[in-house]
Amino acid sequence: MKLEQLEATVAQVRRDIVRMVHGCQSGHPGGSLGCADLVTALYFHVMKIDESRGADGFLNFSREGRGEDLFFLSNGHISPLFYSVLARKGYFDTKEMASFRKINSRLQGHPATHEHLPGIRIASGSLGQGLSVAAGAAYAKKLRGEDTTVYVLMGDGEQQEGQIWEAAQFAPHYKLDNLIAIVDWNKQQIDGPTDKVMDNRDIKAKYEAFGWATVDLVDGNNMQLVVDALATAKALKGKGQPIVILMKSEMGFGVDFMMHTHKWHGTAPNDEQLAAALAQLPETLGDY
Amino acid sequence: MKKYSFSEKKDTRSGFGAGMAELGKTHPNVMALCADLVASLKLDAFIKENPERFVQCGIAEANMVGVAAGLAIAGYVPYATTFANFGSGRVYDQIRQSVAYSGANVKIAVSHAGLTLGEDGATHQILEDLAMMRAMPEMTVINPCDYNQTKAATIALADHVGPAYLRFGRPVVPVFTDPNQEFVIGKAWMVNEGKDVSIFATGHLVWEAILAGELLEKEGIDAEIINIHTIKPLDEAAILASVAKTGCAVTAEEHQLNGGLGDAVCQLLSRHKPSPVEMVGVDNSFGESGTPAQLMEKYGLNAAAIVEKVKKVITRK
Repeated sequence: MKLEQLEATVAQVRRDIVRMVHGCQSGHPGGSLGCADLVTALYFHVMKIDESRGADGFLNFSREGRGEDLFFLSNGHISPLFYSVLARKGYFDTKEMASFRKINSRLQGHPATHEHLPGIRIASGSLGQGLSVAAGAAYAKKLRGEDTTVYVLMGDGEQQEGQIWEAAQFAPHYKLDNLIAIVDWNKQQIDGPTDKVMDNRDIKAKYEAFGWATVDLVDGNNMQLVVDALATAKALKGKGQPIVILMKSEMGFGVDFMMHTHKWHGTAPNDEQLAAALAQLPETLGDY
Repeated sequence: MKKYSFSEKKDTRSGFGAGMAELGKTHPNVMALCADLVASLKLDAFIKENPERFVQCGIAEANMVGVAAGLAIAGYVPYATTFANFGSGRVYDQIRQSVAYSGANVKIAVSHAGLTLGEDGATHQILEDLAMMRAMPEMTVINPCDYNQTKAATIALADHVGPAYLRFGRPVVPVFTDPNQEFVIGKAWMVNEGKDVSIFATGHLVWEAILAGELLEKEGIDAEIINIHTIKPLDEAAILASVAKTGCAVTAEEHQLNGGLGDAVCQLLSRHKPSPVEMVGVDNSFGESGTPAQLMEKYGLNAAAIVEKVKKVITRK
């Protein structure tokens, strides 16, 4: 997809995020907005996925995803972003976004496979587990001899979880060079700036010490730079090391009053705030 | 009393190892993972024949469970193995979210459960794992009683799609079940038909229940003995039919009284057929160091304890 189309798509994704969170008056807009460019680029530009459609017009989805690239969302609280991208990609009806976090919905507060929402492969939300799951899937893909890539997105606050570092030592040990992890290094978490809450210091140096190849993404809210970083990471595949992209992003990006603060990590906008947010986000693909 | 005998004693974990070796030949999608306890889990034969399908995870159980979930999503059937203590309580949330809630086809296969781990002491003697795993939605929980049954359960789980917890142990115990048995998940095994009391036993306590049945027979008490190898889903029909006949029950397990087989049986009976029940198990305490036999004696998990509870429960009918 061309850059202009990607930018138009991510603008709509950001509208979807804010509207979903407003619609149920709960959820996590900050990180969703900050990672919107990355996840949009993955699904609309980078990942090799089955583009065939079923009789219902939606993309066919196989949880196993044999022969496909896989994406795992470890920081599951940014589910509004994940749902918007999946719906806009064509896994399910965009109208279903209106059911986000409501009773009897497939769009659970945090991503779940339990309600069989197409596009979701693992439940996430309890932090720290996604890197392990992605490593397992990457191991399986290598065992099968597939030329595919497994992607996983994590938060930077999530790097405080011990399991992350268990997985971080596992992936290089098994030379999972088909695994590309992304850390959303926005330096914010629920209780405040990460360096105040629990300073996780130089995340890049840690991954390097664990044996990962690292890629710097200095602005995860610049679509061209996002696309370039993903290309750089992909070029590092097959060299015996897993790859991690350290993505500097701005929590709340695209909505001025949600930026430069952790306060919108898990807060929903009221009616006036929604209007103010939507005024900054062009409707490019039609609201759900 | 139906006669049971044994010609040898073996550890149930070796039954697991034998089952895995068999699956290595018959099921190309079966994988084994281990957290630095390969010899204890008896995985040597599987690894020797299928080195590419074994994943050493090091002492990092949380990651092992996540890796297993990833392998399962990608179409493999992983058995994640370690000691029961580290494969249950330590990784409860990983099993809950990445395996059970995610419907990942992962088998958590754990050894050294309960007091019979012995000398290592209470840090390693998990007695709460059945309670934890029973409480988890969509989890199948199996606690086989001897080498042959453990081997059969291990093999049966490979064709059972869904998360499961398979619990076995360290010490050598009598091998008394059929080596060619068909293991049906959720179907209790009638060890001995009787009319005076129902003894529902699981794991290492099944052989003790048989010994108890022989002692009771000498005193004119005709005990029905049923092996509940699958704690969840519970064979409710078998339990209700037995108690309908005998009018009382004794449960026996190498586990806390809270949350284990005894609780499951009591819950079932109180809902459908309130009846006197006595329970053999560990009563709200941790274990300690000692030989398996000493510990089972001290904590009241043997034939003598079952006999005592049977006599008591019969008076309550």
